[in-house]
Amino acid sequence: MKRVAVTGLGLICALGNTVAECWQRARSGECRILPLRDGGSPAYKFQNGAEARDFEALDYFTEKDLLMLERFALMGTAAAREAVKQSGIEFTDDLGDRSAVVTGTSVGGQFTEEEGYLRLYRENNPRVAPLTIPRTMANAAASRISLEFGIHGPAYTVSTACSSANHAIGQAFGLIRSGQVTAAIAGGSEAVFAEGLLRAWEAMRVVSPEVCRPFSADRRGLSLGEGGAMLVLEDWEHAQARGANILGEIIGFGMSSDAHHITQPCMEGPAKAMAWAIRDAGIDPEQVDYINAHGTGTQANDVTETQAIRAVLGPHADRVLVSSTKSMHGHTLGAAGAVEAVLTLMALECGTVPPTVNFTTPDPACNLDVVPNQARKAAIEYALSNTFAFGGLNATLVFKRA
Amino acid sequence: MPEHSETDELGAKVIAVIAHAQRIPPESISLNSTFEELKIDSLDGINIVFELEKEFNIEIPDEGVQNLRSVSETVAGVRKLVQEKNQAAPGAA
Repeated sequence: MKRVAVTGLGLICALGNTVAECWQRARSGECRILPLRDGGSPAYKFQNGAEARDFEALDYFTEKDLLMLERFALMGTAAAREAVKQSGIEFTDDLGDRSAVVTGTSVGGQFTEEEGYLRLYRENNPRVAPLTIPRTMANAAASRISLEFGIHGPAYTVSTACSSANHAIGQAFGLIRSGQVTAAIAGGSEAVFAEGLLRAWEAMRVVSPEVCRPFSADRRGLSLGEGGAMLVLEDWEHAQARGANILGEIIGFGMSSDAHHITQPCMEGPAKAMAWAIRDAGIDPEQVDYINAHGTGTQANDVTETQAIRAVLGPHADRVLVSSTKSMHGHTLGAAGAVEAVLTLMALECGTVPPTVNFTTPDPACNLDVVPNQARKAAIEYALSNTFAFGGLNATLVFKRA
Repeated sequence: MPEHSETDELGAKVIAVIAHAQRIPPESISLNSTFEELKIDSLDGINIVFELEKEFNIEIPDEGVQNLRSVSETVAGVRKLVQEKNQAAPGAA
């Protein structure tokens, strides 16, 4: 089996337009869940969200590109460019054939879909915009990235709600580890701030009316966020041979299904994903130093995630550092695993655990060290990153410091 | 030099629609331009046809779309459809 190196990172989210900017804000504990620029009419029950408000598509793309790609695909592609640039990788003819693109998204091109419905159902206009299909397709980012970099190997998109990006990265990890490809661009992107989608989240009654406070006793729900994040993954030996700067390593992946309830979480599924990821990585549970939690800030998630961590780590759960960076960049849904993978890799590289901000009051049902409000220096070697999706689909990645 | 004499009001409108759809300046388009020269591919063509239908309130048949290869062909096709429409409904705007 091949070792899988991470040689490039790209990130656009509420924290900023580059990995450096996002990491600076994350380590400072800056909450970027802010008042929505469009609060809806009538007003949404929630008025805060983690919008990628500094992302100006025209800084990256031509006006003509914007006809073909909508927000989720633009953010995903822009993040891929940052990751590829950092890695210094060039997908020449031969490597292009031996490389993959795997992206995740939960809903794809929602804005375009809603514009189409507006014309059809509100304006009684049957003439839907001609590029609706390529703009809405969930694989829009994967296709554009493949086209832009000349990647001719496997390219596809995984959609498993909030686990999409972890499943995507896990797929790419498997492709490289097994030797099927030499390199891959993997991650996810999501653009949630479209009216119909926001109304649907409102109706689910899981969005906090203020800001998300993961693991805090006064938590009232999640905060929605948007973004795109991509990783360049590479066969370790290939990365070494070309003199790449190796930022970290992916050493394990575990996935499971609750098979329990379509939205109500349970402890067993997440515990299996974590346990299987740790087994896959070939490490002991006691070696896990940091867990970037799913940590949505809903009553149910944070309790079951705590129970699952305790079930998997045993007494070591009292020592492991756990944080939910969603408290700063919001829940980016189909991009979440990728956004959090980038921050987890930065945490390993810098020896700094980003905090769980907005934390006010300990909850006995979430009695872990959640690194409240302030980042912490810690020599961490191994880290998990969890995503647990609606539909009961769980995916956990294991990272190792380079 | 393109034959500007043929660029009447309808021709100018067609060029304006193509320019907008392609996000290129109208000055870069002449009646003699081919779609290949203008880097207009089949997907761009679909966009242009959509905008032309809206602009001239006409319906361009699917077969017609595949045969468009130049600005002059497009202008001629649109002119024909506009004339047919006007004949079918005399007095209509």
